[in-house]
Amino acid sequence: MSLKSRLLSMPGIWLQRHAQVALSSLGRLVGNRLSSLMTCAVIGIALALPVGLHVMLSNLNTISGGWESGASISLFLDQNISNDKARSLAETLRQHTRIETVELINRETALEEFQRLSGYADALQALDSNPLPNLLVIQPKVEYTTAETAEKLAQELRLLPEADIVQLDLQWVRRLQAITVIAQRAVVVLAALLSMAVLLIVGNTIRLEIQNRRTEIEITKLIGATNAFIRRPFLYTGFWYGLFGGLIAWFLVALSLILLSGPIAKLAQLYQSSFDLSSLDPITVLVLLSGSALLGLTGSWLAVGRHLSAIEPS
Amino acid sequence: MIHFDNVSKRYPGGHTGLSNINLRIDAEEMVFLTGHSGAGKSTLLKLIGLLERSSGGQVHVNGRNLTRLKNRQIPYHRREVGMIFQDHRLLHDRTVFDNVALPLVVSGLGHKEIGRRVRAALDKVGLLHKEKSAPITLSGGEQQRVGIARAVVSKPPLVLADEPTGNLDPELSKEIMELFSQFNKVGVTLLIATHDLALVSSMNRRILTLANGALSHDTKTEYRDVT
Repeated sequence: MSLKSRLLSMPGIWLQRHAQVALSSLGRLVGNRLSSLMTCAVIGIALALPVGLHVMLSNLNTISGGWESGASISLFLDQNISNDKARSLAETLRQHTRIETVELINRETALEEFQRLSGYADALQALDSNPLPNLLVIQPKVEYTTAETAEKLAQELRLLPEADIVQLDLQWVRRLQAITVIAQRAVVVLAALLSMAVLLIVGNTIRLEIQNRRTEIEITKLIGATNAFIRRPFLYTGFWYGLFGGLIAWFLVALSLILLSGPIAKLAQLYQSSFDLSSLDPITVLVLLSGSALLGLTGSWLAVGRHLSAIEPS
Repeated sequence: MIHFDNVSKRYPGGHTGLSNINLRIDAEEMVFLTGHSGAGKSTLLKLIGLLERSSGGQVHVNGRNLTRLKNRQIPYHRREVGMIFQDHRLLHDRTVFDNVALPLVVSGLGHKEIGRRVRAALDKVGLLHKEKSAPITLSGGEQQRVGIARAVVSKPPLVLADEPTGNLDPELSKEIMELFSQFNKVGVTLLIATHDLALVSSMNRRILTLANGALSHDTKTEYRDVT
């Protein structure tokens, strides 16, 4: 073979060799089916936990986002504002550019309802005057229903001379979102910790593999193999462990979502909402699989770096 | 081909493997290395294959100063030195073909070229029909011939053999030596360590004798060897 054609065929040989090593390390894993499966399952379970939590949290975000846009403002009027005045205020507010609807709940109706529902009917009889104020329930227009714009509108309403208390029914949504943010952070921390665990699992498995194949490594070194050559099958093994672990994690999360979707649909029905549990989106799956493969590769890299150089033929 | 200049090897703990060895082996020579167990035969071979490094002096092999060779260059040096061992050192989870192919795979040859060269090497040692067998199913002599095929498949200019006939009966040993002679005929330099003196003397080749880590006898320089 001439030097030129030899150089030209080199990338082909290089690819051929990598494909060969990738496949043979895969074959080795398939050969030890049970122990490979156990290692991959451990990785899968470790990764399924943060991924599953992430999916649940992003679902929760979608729901609470929906709730936020349904927020209304309760405007409690001063005690000394008469019903007529309240009615005319409601009328003016209906003309407001940012307000969709205004519902007047007048104090008599409110008292009746309260007596009916609260069970304090007798106690309320004892009062000589109606303690309840008139209430305007204000629904902002759709484009002003985000937390900030609704809050701005509430601020404006507070300035009205007739206003006593203005309450934005967003507080609990806000709290929920704050909790969600904390939970998301926790998921990140958990993911980092479990990724470390995956690194250690892969590293340890590769370390044992190196020990088992010690003679083979020695002989290959005797024959003139470079460290890169000897490293390669172990790196591919780590890569496969990671990738299959990721696939198992994907499967576990998808399975859990299927199991949860029934009860959640039932719960949503009770709230008269039709909420669909969203499953893993393609980007999450991509991040999961590439991340787990990378973790496997890194884990084996660390193990190989530490243990391979210690083996020299004698 | 091989040049030892005042080479010594001391092991940690004070044990001396070799002391003040001066030696020159030319290209295309076939040389036997004899001596009692522990005389330093294996150590000398290990220094040539860079399985160990000398603690003093200079070792030159094939125009290369091994004393100055960096660790990452060792693999490329070993590709030019075929090594044969008493215990064969074959990989038992692979076929005969794959064992012989290993040096070529390591140096990154293409598939076709590997097949061609492996079959040529197996043919030379008379084991072409066993290429798909597992090494464990072969006899001791056959396993040694697989080891030899592996050592010469990449056509190295130098072949080292450490007690290649140690476990073989005289007839098989003779066959192995014939094989070595054939390689030598096509230009391969061979250095064969053995304590089988009867076999060595029947070959009529240059003999180096080691005793207590020192070169005590060299048939090439016999006339000068007054002591």
